[in-house]
Amino acid sequence: MAEAAQTGQGPLTTIVDDWSSDVTTFKAVPWGKAMMWIFLLSDTFIFTSFLVSYMAVRMTQTDAWPEPSAVFSLEAFGTPVPLLLIAIMTFILITSSGTMAMAVNMGYRKRKVAVFWLMFATALLGASFVGMQAFEWTKLITDEGVRAWQNPMGAPQFGSFFFMITGFHGLHVSAGVVYLLIVAIRVLRGRYDNTSFEIVEITGLYWHFVDLVWVFIFAFFYLW
Amino acid sequence: MAEVGQQHPIKVYLLVWLLLFVFSIASYLVDFFAFEGHLRWFLIVVFMLLKAGFIVAVFMHMKWERPTLITAILVPPLVLIVLMYLLAYEADYAWASRIVYFGDEVAPIPAPPPSHPAVPH
Repeated sequence: MAEAAQTGQGPLTTIVDDWSSDVTTFKAVPWGKAMMWIFLLSDTFIFTSFLVSYMAVRMTQTDAWPEPSAVFSLEAFGTPVPLLLIAIMTFILITSSGTMAMAVNMGYRKRKVAVFWLMFATALLGASFVGMQAFEWTKLITDEGVRAWQNPMGAPQFGSFFFMITGFHGLHVSAGVVYLLIVAIRVLRGRYDNTSFEIVEITGLYWHFVDLVWVFIFAFFYLW
Repeated sequence: MAEVGQQHPIKVYLLVWLLLFVFSIASYLVDFFAFEGHLRWFLIVVFMLLKAGFIVAVFMHMKWERPTLITAILVPPLVLIVLMYLLAYEADYAWASRIVYFGDEVAPIPAPPPSHPAVPH
């Protein structure tokens, strides 16, 4: 944007120029980052399809939909607190997003030990998120009797959507933890010393996307 | 040519980090105080979009990218709104048909589940 302002071009002119330049379209964007963005775009379509199908089923369902607020409540100090675990999981994911953003920032300053520890902290928070999700699934399956095809609270599709959506998200978090650890170790070993630390930003894009998806799941599945 | 890479002051990140916490607490309070109906849905969507917007704009650096990348990534998902609209538009009709043809009454909202085993072990 700043560049466009310098040359006196509007954003539309910049877009047309970039696309018709007969060389790299996404200027000043390394190919790895462009590819990550395009992958995230495709992932957006997958997650949105899940959420939209969940919306369609919930809206056309004649049985009552189980109250998420009650289903996901957790006992603390002798009283049930609604969505307690989910709130903790949300804060953990946000915290991990913050440490990841700091890691990217440190990456551009070439402070690789800081990058390593921040990415390691991010991975650790991600792993604890997955752990809590495993606990949540266990509680739902064994204590509350939720199955993918039935549950004692209401509409039978509740279970299948819950396990599909949160499971697919949890899979993304798990993959992200592995991805983060691999990149963090490579950074520490000095693999990117002579090139750029762009890879940290690319990993960051993936991780922030995982957090982004959780924002929508939290709103539509747990709070709605 | 702009410099390759995204370097920005740490202050911006910390501010957004704090805001994400604030919005998350706010959306949790919507549930905690059990707001109902349109107010609830409105607040949930507002806090959700604020959080999503800050994550994409600052943490994912979209704010500082060239318009070409911004439009290439953010415009295509808009078609998903059409998908959502189409399915929501048909939903009342599908729901009503089920009531009419399958003869089911709408079940009353069940009581909250007991906090202990609903299923025998």
